Formats: sequence, C-alpha cells, structure tokens
Amino acid sequence: MTARVQVPARIARGDVIQVRLLVQHPMETGYQRDDVGNVIPRNTIRTLSCRFDGQEVFRADLSSGVAANPYLQFPLRVSGPGTLAFSWVDDAGVEGTHNQPLEVTG
Amino acid sequence: MTGPIDFTRRAALAGAGGALLAGLPFGSWAQSPLLKPSPIGGTGTSLTDFLTGGTPVRLGRVRLDLPVLAENGNSVPMTVTVDSPMTSGDHVKAIHLVSERNPVRLMASFHLGPWSGKAEVASRVRLAGSQRVFALAQMSDGSFWLGLADVIVTLSACIDES
Repeated sequence: MTARVQVPARIARGDVIQVRLLVQHPMETGYQRDDVGNVIPRNTIRTLSCRFDGQEVFRADLSSGVAANPYLQFPLRVSGPGTLAFSWVDDAGVEGTHNQPLEVTG
Repeated sequence: MTGPIDFTRRAALAGAGGALLAGLPFGSWAQSPLLKPSPIGGTGTSLTDFLTGGTPVRLGRVRLDLPVLAENGNSVPMTVTVDSPMTSGDHVKAIHLVSERNPVRLMASFHLGPWSGKAEVASRVRLAGSQRVFALAQMSDGSFWLGLADVIVTLSACIDES
C-alpha cells in the first residue's frame, strides 16, 4: 500500500497548513460480488493516524463509507521542522506507513 | 384502479407527509427520530447516544459542505468545518460523519486537537442514495454540535447484490 502526501513547499514556524493524503486502497465494502458471484470480503482501512515527532496530531477511523483510495485533508499548526509519520491498518491486518518531512523556513 | 381509492391513498400519503414535516421543524433535527432510529447490534442504544453518551446535541457551529447533486455516489467530495478557536481550552476533539441511508451509518470519525490550529477536514465519501448527511462535532467542553447537508445522488454506490 502506497500513499502520497502533499504539504506546502514553504512553511513558516507557526503556520497552520493543510496536509493532504491519498492512500492507495480498494476499501472493499463487503457488499459486492466478483465476476463469478463470490462475495468480495470487506477490506477497509480501519484506523489511520498521523504523528508529528512522536505526538499524534490526527487520527481517522474509517469504514466502507469512505471512497476507494481514501483522500484525507486535515489541518496542522507547524511548531517547527520535523517528520509526519503516517500509519494505517486495514481489515486484513495489513499495515502501511509513510513518512513526510516538513521543511520550515523562517 | 382509479377514482376514489387512488384519491384516498394520495390524500393519506399527503396527510402523512404533512404531519411528518409539521412535526419536524428545522431546529429540532437533533431530536428528530432520524438520528435516533437504528439501535446498534440490538443493544437498544441509538447511534447518537452511542457517540454522545446521551449528551444533548445542538444544531450549529458545524458546516458540512457536500455537493447538492452528486452524479456518482462512489466518491463524493466532503468538507466539514467547525467554528472553534482551537485553543487548548476550547477545541474540537472529534468529528463524526453519519449517514442516513448507508448500510454502515457511521462513515468516519476524525480526531483533532489544539495542535490542529483550525477545525477543517475534507475527504471523499460513498453514499448509498440520496439522503441527509450529518456531521457531529465533539468539543473539548463536552458539548456536541451538529451540521447537516442534503445530497441527491444520481448513481448510488453499489451496496446490494442486484
């Protein structure tokens, strides 16, 4: 599972930025069937969290009500340079992580 | 069959609809049966009570932006904004997205804090048909605020086996 994160290129200390995250995941609802009629088991990301230098700054509990390849945008006040560490886990128990460094100018 | 029977049925439906609308002025949506219907797993607890712990919900402070008309229910852009200073003493702790018609009614919960700086979260949701969507914000002082939006969905997200 891969993810893409977008943060502003120029961040000043104390800025409130919008972090944008796109995770590649089918978010199977468990209500659909494949071509030969077998139920496709539910497989959605249950929990996704973002830590900034060890402190949790955002958490989302998701369900089948979130579109495939979940897109999330959330705010963060940047106190200084550091790393955004994303981690998530789905129904199949597969975990994913992604790290995004934050450069702070000024 | 036409004539009196049809008329009677129509009148009855109109009467029922009117009574339903009359019983639900806008300000009382938080107390409306729509938010209190489906007990969770036979426990007798409504979804709202489950989220709020029985705390009364007030309408306001939460803005839920959804398109009025969504062509495809599989991916509908959604933005929730809560009116909050987001200080350590007064901030939004969580935002819950509740659907009226989806098989899984609690679509997502977002957890924020004073470090967020502002209370605005965006995502894309699945909607199983035209419905009213609710955003329930839990504040640091323990209060709950509600925002809602009506969406017409032309093509529902696949939820049944048809």
